Amino acid sequence: MKIRAQIGMVLNLDKCIGCHTCSVTCKNVWTTREGVEYAWFNNVETKPGLGYPTNWEDQKEWKGGWERKASGKLRLKQGSKAQVLANIFGNPNLPEIDDYYEPFDFDHDHLKSAPEMQAFPTARPYSKITGERIEKIEKGPNWEEILGGEFAKRSADYNFEGVQKAIYGEYENTFMMYLPRLCEHCLNPACVASCPSGAIYKREEDGIVLIDQEKCRGWRMCVSGCPYKKIYYNWSTGKSEKCTLCYARLESGQPTVCSETCVGRIRYLGVVLYDADRIEEAASVADEKQLYDAQMGIFLDPRDKTVIAAARAEGIPEDWITAAQNSPIWKMAMEWKIAFPLHPEYRTLPMVWYVPPLSPVQNAASAGQLGTDMGMPDVRSLRIPVQYLANMLTAGDEEPVVQALQRMLAMRGYMRAKSINGAPDESFATRVGMTPAAMDEMYKVMALADYEDRFVIPTSHRAHAEQAYDIRGGCGFTDGNGCSTGISKGNLFGGKKRPLRMPDEVK
Amino acid sequence: MHNFLFGIYPYIALTVLLIGSVARYETDPFTWKSSSSQLLRRRQFILGSVFFHVGVLVIFFGHLIGLLTPIQVFDALGVGHGFKQLLAVIAGGVAGVMALVGGIILLHRRLMDPRIRKTSGFADIAILVLLMAQLVLGLGTIFVSLQHLDGHEMTKFMAWALGIFTFRSDAAAQIADAAPIFKLHIVLGLTIFLLFPFTRLVHMLSAPVRYLWRPGYQVVRSTKGR
Repeated sequence: MKIRAQIGMVLNLDKCIGCHTCSVTCKNVWTTREGVEYAWFNNVETKPGLGYPTNWEDQKEWKGGWERKASGKLRLKQGSKAQVLANIFGNPNLPEIDDYYEPFDFDHDHLKSAPEMQAFPTARPYSKITGERIEKIEKGPNWEEILGGEFAKRSADYNFEGVQKAIYGEYENTFMMYLPRLCEHCLNPACVASCPSGAIYKREEDGIVLIDQEKCRGWRMCVSGCPYKKIYYNWSTGKSEKCTLCYARLESGQPTVCSETCVGRIRYLGVVLYDADRIEEAASVADEKQLYDAQMGIFLDPRDKTVIAAARAEGIPEDWITAAQNSPIWKMAMEWKIAFPLHPEYRTLPMVWYVPPLSPVQNAASAGQLGTDMGMPDVRSLRIPVQYLANMLTAGDEEPVVQALQRMLAMRGYMRAKSINGAPDESFATRVGMTPAAMDEMYKVMALADYEDRFVIPTSHRAHAEQAYDIRGGCGFTDGNGCSTGISKGNLFGGKKRPLRMPDEVK
Repeated sequence: MHNFLFGIYPYIALTVLLIGSVARYETDPFTWKSSSSQLLRRRQFILGSVFFHVGVLVIFFGHLIGLLTPIQVFDALGVGHGFKQLLAVIAGGVAGVMALVGGIILLHRRLMDPRIRKTSGFADIAILVLLMAQLVLGLGTIFVSLQHLDGHEMTKFMAWALGIFTFRSDAAAQIADAAPIFKLHIVLGLTIFLLFPFTRLVHMLSAPVRYLWRPGYQVVRSTKGR
């Protein structure tokens, strides 16, 4: 057994209102630079829909993640190491920027600089790559917002696999949910294994996956290797970039920017302990539907005496063990089993987990006479098809999702009985295999969601991580080259790119 | 002049290549990259890039082995000079045409595609043009080589190249009477060496062959024991 600590995240989709505050604050902090205007380390998609980049979930098209060979061994879906190298001159699985969208801005200056004219001046869009006028914006970072576009296109959504989807195109039957996405900081990251330069690495102390900007050579295999398409090639610097899980904030005990600013309080951050020796075994089980259980199997109970002893022996600091014991991730994902990994079938063992959303009962006709089992509707009659959620969260296995939805409904029933009727009804808890105490705690963590319940983040022990003497006089986070900003205004080695020129009309 | 171009200039070019590359790698590793533009425009890229790179790699290793292996080795192996030259002409010709076709596609893309043009620096375009010129010159030498199939001319260039690397003062004299197109090809080649550290060409020094036998399939950066 080799114990490692991992900082994981849970997103409670039941409370996500799709406000995009996470995306916007993330963008403001990380990707407002030239070359990554199109990149959103965090984005929110409206489902059902094809997402960003288009159809990213369908690995038959993009070849991201891992596949299990007949021998039982894992192999990158984009090929063996030799095949990856053979594709280095031209990567057949790399998305084009138009698969995301051509980044644009608006010619705001024209509003105040326009000469006197007949028509009211407008701010027209221009490309952030070429600076040329874009007559019509064809795509954006959230093109399917609130079910935008026709159902025929959106219904190509990969999660409709095995669902009779035709009726969801009807206005009365349609459904919708939000899916905020960021790097999964996987236990078995396909991007790391894809990188020919070895520039991508997983930090042992907290599991954050990062790209060494000075070692990255821009071979771009990670972009196609990541099944979540959460690695972005910066076309200006020629390096790949990704979500850093705001490691600098986490190290000082603060939540990530996306979590801190979430107005719905849907995000949770915490530590989980797992057995690193069993990663490969868990990622290569034969039946895709077993992958969720297999991943659950490698997490270690932080209250178990042998686990604590082993963690101490491994050098995991005491406050990290305490944090693991109080971790909201452990409670929601492992104890209550109401949070699930996104697309476990990619075999990367992702570590951003999702609580499936409840939804209104299927239709008005049945609402009056619904089989409400002691005030709890059958979760299979909810508007969002369980199979759809299962395809997203458990590789198609409905049972765990059904149980999670039942537990969430049971919590509502239990609290309703307790606070309105004034008489706690324990049967709500026992019927879904939980205790009343767990129900109370679930209510506190999920419904009240206090700051300190959502974020249990131990500070890093930099003394363990690096020699403070070596980083004296350092400059914190930069794009590389020591204290340089990474943007050189013309130097001997590959001077500055031409400045972006605006169309004459704009000036 | 001949002495300077073929006796001294090679040392200048190789020194700049060596020291410049080390200096760049050490002081500015952030700029060490392939500068791929595939993300911005896929059209023309894969065909052009694969043709260009495969062709150039064959040519590069052909020159490396063909020029720097002492002629005695070929004699010992029983490889005739005429045969070796014929091999060089055929392999080099095929690879050269491949690289030229791929390079022209890439150059067309770089100049004509607005996205690629706008994001190209001067060095990106200039080095591609120089490489194309070098390919044309190299292919042009084939017609001269076909005039004398005995391989005698070829051995002169081998003696010159080996002479440079073994610091022989008479190296330049070996090719005093070579055809002008060969001389042009050599001077331009040395110039590309000279410019190498200042362009995107440095990415070839980072060819990630180590990936093939990198241990394990995950990279975990440990903080212990440092």
